[in-house]
Amino acid sequence: MSEETIKSELQMPKGDELVLSSSPHVRTKESVPAIMGKVMLALVPAVVAGILFFGMDAVRVIVYCIVFCVGAEALWCKLAKKPVWGTIRDCSAALTGLLLALNLSAGVPFYVCLIGAFLAIWLGKQVYGGLGHNPFNPALVARVGLLIALPAAMTTWVPTGKMGVTNAEYAKGFYNQNEWQQLEAGAEPDALTCATPLGIVKTTPKVLGNTPEAQNNYAAVDNPTMLREYFLGNRGGCLGETSGLALLIGAVMLICWRLINWRVPLCYVGTVALFTGIVHYFMPGVTPTPLFHVLTGGLLLGAIFMATDMVTSPMTCAGCVVFAIGCGIITSVIRIWGNYPEGVSFSILFMNALVPLIDRWCVKRPFGYIRKRG
Amino acid sequence: MDEMEFKVATFKGGVHPSGDGKNLSSGAAVQTAPLQSEYRVIIPQNIGAPPKVIVTPGQLVKKGEKIAEPGGFVSVPLHAPTSGKVEALEDVPGPMGVSVPAVRISADGEDAWGELPPPMDWKTAAPDELKKRIADSGIVGMGGAAFPTHVKLSPPPDKKIDYLILNGAECEPYLTADHRLMLEDPESVLAGAAICGRILGVKNIYIGVEVNKTDAIQALLAKAGAYGVQIVGLKVRYPQGAEKQLIYAITRRKVPAGGLPMDAGCVVQNVGTAAACAAAVLRGEPLIERITTVTGEAIRHPGNWRFRLGTPVRTAIELAGGVTCEPGKAILGGPMMGFAQKSFDVTIMKNTSGILLLPPEMVRQYESTGCIRCGRCLSACAMNLNPGALATAIESEKFDIAANNHLMDCIECGSCAYICPAHRPLVQHFRRGKAEIRKRAKKN
Repeated sequence: MSEETIKSELQMPKGDELVLSSSPHVRTKESVPAIMGKVMLALVPAVVAGILFFGMDAVRVIVYCIVFCVGAEALWCKLAKKPVWGTIRDCSAALTGLLLALNLSAGVPFYVCLIGAFLAIWLGKQVYGGLGHNPFNPALVARVGLLIALPAAMTTWVPTGKMGVTNAEYAKGFYNQNEWQQLEAGAEPDALTCATPLGIVKTTPKVLGNTPEAQNNYAAVDNPTMLREYFLGNRGGCLGETSGLALLIGAVMLICWRLINWRVPLCYVGTVALFTGIVHYFMPGVTPTPLFHVLTGGLLLGAIFMATDMVTSPMTCAGCVVFAIGCGIITSVIRIWGNYPEGVSFSILFMNALVPLIDRWCVKRPFGYIRKRG
Repeated sequence: MDEMEFKVATFKGGVHPSGDGKNLSSGAAVQTAPLQSEYRVIIPQNIGAPPKVIVTPGQLVKKGEKIAEPGGFVSVPLHAPTSGKVEALEDVPGPMGVSVPAVRISADGEDAWGELPPPMDWKTAAPDELKKRIADSGIVGMGGAAFPTHVKLSPPPDKKIDYLILNGAECEPYLTADHRLMLEDPESVLAGAAICGRILGVKNIYIGVEVNKTDAIQALLAKAGAYGVQIVGLKVRYPQGAEKQLIYAITRRKVPAGGLPMDAGCVVQNVGTAAACAAAVLRGEPLIERITTVTGEAIRHPGNWRFRLGTPVRTAIELAGGVTCEPGKAILGGPMMGFAQKSFDVTIMKNTSGILLLPPEMVRQYESTGCIRCGRCLSACAMNLNPGALATAIESEKFDIAANNHLMDCIECGSCAYICPAHRPLVQHFRRGKAEIRKRAKKN
């Protein structure tokens, strides 16, 4: 090839499309919608478990919540004259909807989902200025709001499809006794309801001291057979919280994708286990075993997906540990001595309120500064 | 030495940019760019006072002849890149977007050296003589800062220097100029290190190299013993080559906030700078050329070239085979801290470590959204700051809050902006905030 041909083939830039901007000139491929999407992917096992155990009821609640949340977001943006699509696109409303659904009983009527969606998106998020500005976890704001406003609807739990009306273990305690008698008599009650393990614990009279009677106080709900069922998800409760197995798979996904700080679920669950463990050791008639506490209620859902919400949790590792331990203590106290059977939502919301303070206390020392003594 | 026998040193924080682009040019041996017919040597090339031009249009100069005198202590002279005629003193496009004065020299094709100072034996020469030679040779920090080297080698007597560290980290993505230099000419780097060590009277001389350059580490290790230099492997992590982070990685010493490396008993030099010191001392050659990486996905044949100062970027692109597509961005330096250019007429300077052309698809203009408090910037910040909160303070013009939260300690490495999923222009905020804080401090 002669020099001439090389010259003619040489393509030189014109330089009329050069963009001028500040460094850095390369960016990570990660984006807010991608983060939200990945969290939703990590929730897929819990969704599948919810559908397996609660059937089409679960599908209905999930679809309602997501549609209503996205709708509430769109409506707010329309009214506030914000770009609607730009806000929907970040997928945070859809994620809030999914989390809200997973925090509801599969048996809730559609209007609970509708009110919940508006509570979550409007009161939980948009009044503060939208994504990133909300101090409280929107899905939990909705859940607690609903719990206070519509206590009956929110605490009517449906049995899972796998419990089986002939399962004697469940028959002993979980089903509503009237309904159970109708069932045994061969009649089909209009709707079946069942209690949650924590609900049964709350209604079981406490036995003080460390006597054999105290040790057997919770034997009906706290035994190895039942714990295995709880772990798999075969228990009453919110549709997304029942399966510890599915939630743990989600946790592994989130930690591998570096979307959550592993210290939060570990410290949260660890604190609950330690706290309830100590109380149980000295007073077994006051609260069940730590493993029971870990596997029941919304602890795993809360510790893995709600307390780790980026917007409403502390930014530093030290802050995350303080936050998670606080959540664990409050959850345990409410479960053991409070009026409500479950304390996960309250504890996370309470600690959410402390996040600005925690962030202030737990600042990292900038590089090159010497620790002040005294 | 087959196995790495040293531990891999690092710092806390930072990012690891995916697809760091080094493979585009890391295998390309350094070529010498052919002699051009014309060079435009930019006058203000160094931090500190700009040099004073001492030639007039029409004057004949030899290669290496001084064309500008230092404008003060923190300044260096400039030398003619080739023999020829001074055509004009004119304004040319500068790297920061504004025009800068330059000396235009047309080459006579002879490329004849002028009278060079005699070679020195660094082992016996007086340290002050060595330092003077480095100052006279116009050597500045070639990693990017362009700080006069002889000033760095003149710590005040009350600062005891324990360590001399050569920066061979080359943590910027895409750039491979230092890598090729260490691989192809390790002795120049080591001799330069030894010379700087002798000037400072320092026995602990280290060269830090990221462990993605194992071939360069091997090359240095093979000769290091003779020069009394130790090679330290560094974790591949941006900004491993930032001065304070490099010092911490190698010595575990922390440069106090607001302080200089000498406050931690350290002096840091780039490996390219060291090689230039060696050329000045051993051969008497002033700094008139440097190795620059011409690379990027838009460049047809990325590689590394030895360019004379004053070579236009356009020529460099031509040597690299032109482009494969119309570039969306042209950057002097690396993608993390380099400067975007609007013209290919900018010429190569003492600190031009790379010319990077990115295709338009890699130049997405990011629309930034609100902070979701993910905390990624906090873990990425090599200075342990809270970039997100600082940027928020600056956005709402609360500069005193930003200052109280140590904004001035930011090294603008760009790790936080790189990692931010909301694509916030964090570094831009910090530059604005710093400028504002400096302005207010001046007023009071």
